[in-house]
Order: sequence, then structure tokens, then C-alpha cells
Amino acid sequence: MSHDASFTNQKFKVIGTRVPRPDGIDKVTGRARYGADATAPGQLVGMILRSPHAHADIRKIDTSAAEALPGVKAVITSADLPDKVGGRRDMLDILENCMARGRALYDGHAVAAVAAIDAETAKRALKLIKVDYKPLAHVTDVDEAMRDDAPIVQPWVRTAGGDPNKPTNVAQISQFGHGDLDAGFAEADVIIERSYKTEQTHQGYIEPHACLASVGPDGQGELWVTTQGHYTFRTQCAALLGMEVAKLKVTSSEIGGGFGGKTHVWMEPVALALSRKANRPVKLVLTREETFRGTGPTCSTSIDIKIGARRDGRITAALATLRYQDGAFPGIWGMLGAMTAWACYDLPNVKSVAYDVLVNRPKVAAYRAPSAPMAAFAVESTVDLVARELGMDPVDFRLLNAAKEGTRASYGPTYGPIGIGPTLEAVKNHPQMKVKLGPNQGRGMACGFWFNFGGQTCSTVNIGVDGTVNVSVGTVDVGGSRASLSLIAAEELGVPYETVKCSVADTASLGHNDTTEGSRGTFSSGMAIIFACRNAVQELRARAAKMMDVPVEDVHWENGQAVALGTQHSNLQPLTLAQIARKSPQTGGPIAGHNEVVADGAGVSFASHICDVEVDPETGQTRVLRYAVIQDAGKAIHPDYVEGQFQGAAAQGIGWALNEEYIYGKDGRLQNPGFLDYRIPVCSDLPFIDTQILEIPNPGHPYGIRGVGETSIVPPLAAIGNAVSNAVGVRMTHVPMSPPRILGAIKAAR
Amino acid sequence: MKVALTGPIRDALGGLASIEIEADTIRELMQRLEDRYPALAPLLDAGIAVAINGEIFRDRWGEVIPRHAEVVLMPRIPGG
Repeated sequence: MSHDASFTNQKFKVIGTRVPRPDGIDKVTGRARYGADATAPGQLVGMILRSPHAHADIRKIDTSAAEALPGVKAVITSADLPDKVGGRRDMLDILENCMARGRALYDGHAVAAVAAIDAETAKRALKLIKVDYKPLAHVTDVDEAMRDDAPIVQPWVRTAGGDPNKPTNVAQISQFGHGDLDAGFAEADVIIERSYKTEQTHQGYIEPHACLASVGPDGQGELWVTTQGHYTFRTQCAALLGMEVAKLKVTSSEIGGGFGGKTHVWMEPVALALSRKANRPVKLVLTREETFRGTGPTCSTSIDIKIGARRDGRITAALATLRYQDGAFPGIWGMLGAMTAWACYDLPNVKSVAYDVLVNRPKVAAYRAPSAPMAAFAVESTVDLVARELGMDPVDFRLLNAAKEGTRASYGPTYGPIGIGPTLEAVKNHPQMKVKLGPNQGRGMACGFWFNFGGQTCSTVNIGVDGTVNVSVGTVDVGGSRASLSLIAAEELGVPYETVKCSVADTASLGHNDTTEGSRGTFSSGMAIIFACRNAVQELRARAAKMMDVPVEDVHWENGQAVALGTQHSNLQPLTLAQIARKSPQTGGPIAGHNEVVADGAGVSFASHICDVEVDPETGQTRVLRYAVIQDAGKAIHPDYVEGQFQGAAAQGIGWALNEEYIYGKDGRLQNPGFLDYRIPVCSDLPFIDTQILEIPNPGHPYGIRGVGETSIVPPLAAIGNAVSNAVGVRMTHVPMSPPRILGAIKAAR
Repeated sequence: MKVALTGPIRDALGGLASIEIEADTIRELMQRLEDRYPALAPLLDAGIAVAINGEIFRDRWGEVIPRHAEVVLMPRIPGG
């Protein structure tokens, strides 16, 4: 049955309430099972040997001594992971990232793996593997990697449209924009140009990557894994190992954070290959150090911004040149920076040019609104400078130039109803803006944008004979979606929230679901559940009609009850869902609803943040005093979780802005692969993060839902950058704004 | 109808800002792009998105394209 996904502005009964979270007790009592919590009879311990070199030819790997060690059941190298994808480049890149193929491309690149009866034996086996490396010249800085004389990371890479005979580290150049840039700058009374840098950060999810893999001699396999997308993991693992998709069942564990870092495979094919070779289950759990060195952080960047504006405050032209490093494999991260850089503004003449650049660092992965925070740092910092030059309030300047319905976005399409203007108005009226600042204190604000998207989704609603409801979804719950999806089912069926239980099904139990990324979990599974419930209601009406002995078209569904309408049925009492369910064995068997949908039509999202800081001029240390997040969420299904997403994104942004960075030595090795030296914020580093939800409905969803999980990591770098700059009187252009960097900027300005 | 091009799609067609093409659905649009513009094959194979009157579609190829709609071809976007 087809359904209309348009927003209907219906009045809700349970949507928008703050019900208890269904996974709370399991998580606080330790009963929740994460990636490392699965066991299987006869399981082995898997471990990975990693390159100590930033770039090296692998001349030979001798595994004989490791294989001879008692207790070792399998040793694998890239020879055990042959090309099963017909040379398909994107999949080969993933395979090569899982296990080096003749060359180690970064410090921490996997070169071999073992499976042994216990951890001690596995560690000893790793030490017995002899790898003959020939170190090569390396490059880890994005600007250096673009030089003509830079070491080449991938000899096969050519820039599209460039010299076909010249190897390069520039994998892609992307351009977006419209209008006449020269004419726009000629019209400007004020032109400001600045250059910025941001350092590489890791998503910092608390749970490292972990899985339990089992492949039998019959070619059937199972994988228990912490992931944002178990269907995607199934597809990728099956392709890389030459398995049939239906013969690999993947179950997603509870997830201790992902933020984009668990959207594609890293070591899971290795675990499966070890299991296949050993003919035993293999558990592989990465250490924190391995997670830093061998999984995907976000990009470091180097960005130039030029903005021209008239004295009346209108921006006449805007240009961004963005250089993003993708790690050792081509990506589209620079392109995403170019698409998002100017999305908050209504610009007649705008251009973004992005360079995706290879360096000897880990393969970059998505990180919450990937690529947008860095572009926003550069753009929003420069926007503040232009406002100051014009003598305008920075919020008024942004409001004057903000995108609105009908604005042609810098990345192409024309916006429908959007929320950037209302978030800026909310900033103007926010109580924090009226708090008087003290010495060495500064206030900053900034805007941010993210696309959001939907994708392939499949859900089932099963109604038990006692009237309780099981909802099965295929989108992994990374941010509380089981609560919001249970609310949606309760709303549609007209039953109490407490009678609904939502579970994430394994890959053998539901059709394909795209990964939980792009803020799509509640948007897309919510849509599928609405439609599945409506299908179930059709069946409930049919069963009620049988029980009442009336035509089904006379039976309507109202407030969780089947009601026979018409004066001829006035003697019939309504039947509740529970009453209908109780009789289901006699009226046709189980009652269920199912839906599969491509949930396109996700609404774009905007946020504006306010930050107050105090900077110690002696040490350069920054303390965040007050922080406020204002974001357009569309309809907030469960406000607690929406606010939690806002706060979590802001907290990650604060860490990124002030402390977090990958530090590489001259030898190209990562010097701080641990939480002692790579410092994420802890509670004592953070103020209470105030939140304000704006609900501008998305016309492409029945409930008006937009995604909420990503947008609010976009403004913090810039909001904090503007606040720190205002506190110290020096424009900060390099993230993180760590104490040495702030002191250096103050000193340089004297 | 006029189909606007952005980013790598525009670059693959030599910097063209837009093309004229008739299609009633996204599926027809994709088929005609494949037939007429071989240079787009790698991008189409990897997946692109279509914005119709500002609404972005990645996979719903049955979507009807209204007459006089604003149609923009853009890269397929991942998330975090």
C-alpha cells in the first residue's frame, strides 16, 4: 500500500512528551551488550599487527614463526584477502585500508593479523611476524601534500580533468556557486580576506571498534558488531570476502557512540577472514590506541575566505577555497565543505572551490555533519570580521544576509521553508545575550547548516495477543531512536507508549536499511513505522469488522479503538486494540504491519549558537562560561533526546575548538593516540549547555520531522573562535585554540 | 526542461551550468543522462542526487518531476 509522506499538521497525543528511555536500565546496570560483550564456544582472540612507518614499501612478511607458535590458529596478510570486487575502486580502497597491500600508507596501517587461543598467545604471535619494510618519504600536512615535489601517496591517483600522466595527491577538485564573483567584489565597499587552519580530530566514541566473527566451512557466517549500519557492514564484508549476502547474518550490538566513525568497515573483514581460516569464531577488539591510529578521524583543513559587502550590510560576493586532507584514500570531504560553507546565506555571487588531498594519515571517515564545522569556522569567523568592519552587530548582519524560503542555496537548489532566520531571531532574544561580560571575557555566536537525508528503510510492527506491540527496525539506535520510534508507533496505533517495545533487527530479519547517518534514524524509520502502523490498522479494522459482523468500510480507527460508524451500528461498543488482538487467533491469525520505503525528502537544518568564554591571559587557557544552542529540529518527537543531541554536539565542538588534535611527529607517527594526550572535554570542562528547540515542520515528512543529530556540531568552532577572539582582542585562525596557540596569537599581535 | 548542474557533475560536462532534457520521473532523467552523456557514467554509477523544487532525492527514482519544476543534479551526500 502506498502512503503519502506529506506533512499533515496533525495534533499529537504522545509525540513531544518526555517519556522514560527504554534502554536506560540496561545501560546503567551493565546489562546492555556492546561490541565486546558477545562470546561463542571455542572463540579465538584476534589481534592486528600495524605499521610503525608513515609510508613504507612492504618487501616481505614472514609469518612462519607466528604460525608455528602453539595456540596460534590462523595468521593472515593481504594474500588472504584477494580482490573479490573486480577492481571496484571504492571497495578496493576499503579492503586496502583493512590490510595493507604491498605498501603501508600511514602509521597504524594494518599489515597482518593473528587468531590465537588467548590474548597472551596472540600478542606473542604478533611479535614473531617479521615484516621487511623499506621506508618511503611521507607527507602529513595538507598544504605540503599539494606541492609539486610532495611524496605521492597513491601512484594511481590523477586529478579529474588534470594531466593524465602526472601522479598527484589532489584526488578531486569540486566547485559550487553562482553569480558573477568579480562584479560582486567590484560592488563591495568592504572586502575581508583571511586564511584558517583546523587540525584533525577523532570522533572520540567511548566504545572502541569490536566484533565477534564466525564463518563455517559451509560458507555461512555471522558477525556481531558495534556499527552504525549492520546492513552496510554485511554488504561490504560479503563483497570483500566473496560471500553471498544472504549467508552472512550481521547483528548490531548496543553502540557506545559512532558519530560517523562506524559507518563503514575497518577490521571486521579481517575478523571474518581469520575465522574462515581458523574455522573458529574470532573476537577482535581494538584498543584505544588502535582506534586512534587505525580508524577514521575527520580531516585537517586549510581554508581561505574572501567576503565583500556594501556599507548597507549586504554581502555582494563570497569566495571560499578549501583544502581538506582525506587521509591515504580519496574521499569527498572537501567537496562537502564546499557545499556547506555558504549554505546559511542568501548570496547573489558565491563560489566555493574544494581540493580533496591525500596524505599519509588514516583513511578519513565521516564525523557528525562531516566537513561542515571546519568550513563554518572559516566563514563565520570572517563574517564577524566583516560585521565589525561595517560597524554592525554580528547577529543583525547575519539576519540581513540569512537564507530564507526561496533563496538559491550556494550548493544549487532553492530552499523551501527553513529555520536559519528564526534561530538568529532567537539568538537576539536569548537571555545570555544580555549577561554583562567581565574582564578577559568574550562573547561569540555563529551559524551552521547540515543537509540531513533519509534513504532505504524497512520496518515491521507486530501486535501481540495481549495488545502489546513489537516494532522492528533496521536503523541502529545511536542516539535514542528506540524511544522516539516507540512514541511514533504509540501515536499511530493509539496505545500507551509503555506497551510498545522497539528493537533493532538483525540483517536476516528485515530488508535492507541504510546506515544510521545523515541524521536519518528517526526521520526515515519514523516514516516507515507510521506507514507500517497504518497498514496494521487496516488489518485491525478488518478483524474488528469480523468480530462486530459489519462491513469493514463501516469501521473506523479512532483513539486506539475500532468504531463502527452509522446509526445502524449504534448498539455496537468500540473494540480496543487489545480486545481485537486477543481474538486474533480466531479472526485470521497474527496481526502485523510492514513497510519498506525510500524515505527521501529530508529537510535541511540550521542552528545558531552563543558562547561566552573567559581566557586567562597568563596561561592562554579558555573556560567556557555559558553556551546556548538554538536549532530548528522540525517536530521534536522526544524533546529530551533532541536536547541531548544538541548538547552532545556542542560538547564535541567545544573539545574540537579548544583542545583536540592529532599531533604527528616529523617521522609521520601519531604522537598522542590516547585520551591522556588527546584530551576530550570532561564534565568539569563544560558549562550547562542551554538548548532551545525550534519546530519548523519539514514538509516532506508526515510529522514534520527533520534530522537533529548533526547540525549542532557545525557552529561551535566558529562561535568559540569568535568568543575567544573578542576576549583576547586577536583574531584566532587556527583550531584547536589550545593555550599555546592562544598565547602565541597574543604574542604575535603585540 | 532545464536541469541545473553542480559540482563534479558540472565539471564532468565541461563546466555547463545547465542542460535541456525531458523526463517525467527521476528514473527517466537518469536513463536519458546515461544515454546522452557518457562522461557522466562514473558519477551516475557512484550515485548522484536530484533536487526537485528544493527537495533532495537520492534513491526514490519513481518520483514524478512536475512541469516547470526546478531540477538540480548534485552529488550524493553521506552523513556522520
